[in-house]
Amino acid sequence: MEFKDYYKTLGIERTATADEIKSAYRKLARKHHPDVNKEPGAEARFKELGEAYEVLKDTEKRAAYDDLGNRWREGQEFTPPPEWGAGFEFTQGGASATEAADFSDFFSSLFGNFSRHAESTHTRGEDHHAKIFIPLEDAFRGGTQTLTLRAPQVNAQGRPELRERSLNVQIPNGVREGQHIRLAGQGAPGITGTSPGDLYLEIHFHPHKLYQVQGRDLSLLLPIAPWEAALGATAKAPTPSGVVEVKIPPGSRSGRKLRLKGRGIPGEPAGDLYLILEVVLPPADSERAQEIYHTMAQELAFNPRQTLGV
Amino acid sequence: MEQPQDILIGTVIGDESVLSIEELARACGAESQWIIELVAIGVLEPEGPETSTWRFHAADLTCARRMARLQRDFDASLDAAAAMLELLEQIEQLRARLKQTGLDMERTT
Repeated sequence: MEFKDYYKTLGIERTATADEIKSAYRKLARKHHPDVNKEPGAEARFKELGEAYEVLKDTEKRAAYDDLGNRWREGQEFTPPPEWGAGFEFTQGGASATEAADFSDFFSSLFGNFSRHAESTHTRGEDHHAKIFIPLEDAFRGGTQTLTLRAPQVNAQGRPELRERSLNVQIPNGVREGQHIRLAGQGAPGITGTSPGDLYLEIHFHPHKLYQVQGRDLSLLLPIAPWEAALGATAKAPTPSGVVEVKIPPGSRSGRKLRLKGRGIPGEPAGDLYLILEVVLPPADSERAQEIYHTMAQELAFNPRQTLGV
Repeated sequence: MEQPQDILIGTVIGDESVLSIEELARACGAESQWIIELVAIGVLEPEGPETSTWRFHAADLTCARRMARLQRDFDASLDAAAAMLELLEQIEQLRARLKQTGLDMERTT
């Protein structure tokens, strides 16, 4: 395990005052809060900030941490010294067991033992939450996803440690982004004899290479040839439930939407699939192709900039 | 690591309102009173005439958990967090529309 420099995480000096720590944390937390910042990595950064602040805002923990900080540097291999914790009695406060579970192994190895108190106030195990990313196809056909979760468990020494466990979860068809699957009894274990909490899985789709998802509706960019757009045609289009033939009305333009009712995510009612037409030009990469373009230029009195008055 | 065993089958929390006030509060690690306040300021819209028969759906769970995080992490009042929630939702809708028109930020940056 690596030593973490909490001062560096918050971008402050080791001599920073309590006010400086608070203001550095608040500024960074605002910027990296996962609800505010959708950049990948924001959530991880926010957790690091929370962990650093959890230690440095608390005079007891900060003093204990500073004591170590004189001996270790950021990134150095770290094992808690044998006498660790002997001189300190941490008062419970701050992060709950669930929040602390998100903190690093480094944090748990140092301060892990204080979070036990938090749980005893609950009459049953806490509910846990996790996000699950599934392929869009699962919403059509259903499926099984295996997910690996890290959850805190109290070890033989009485300290919570993060333990990995795998779950196989059935994904019912018709699920949509933002819905949750609740697994009864899969949350935190209850304390002596009380029932465990539930596990909520928030559904997200992996980005799909063809379809965009909006609620229960899907959209697909459908490329068509100029003559299909101009004259109308029957064209093949993929849908998650198989290839279909669609009628392109004559005089179609790029951006025109065709709605395939009920071809979106199944359910009552099922969503729709929108085909967004995109006229693509054949390349003028042969003599014959160039000839055809020349003929069009000569024989069609067409000014695409007419509406601009030029 | 433990090996996966049985396939777990859960309940889908979706558009159908299934969560009671106690269940929602517990899922947010909060008290029922806090849920009542969220309903009072219109952040949550349960079905049912009385507190005891209120039923919440997936969107309520997402909103409530977000409110809990915003309040906790920014030390924000209920109203301030609700305003943030509103703005965040607007940004998300705008992002979704950009994405639909192929102008999503990931591709342009």
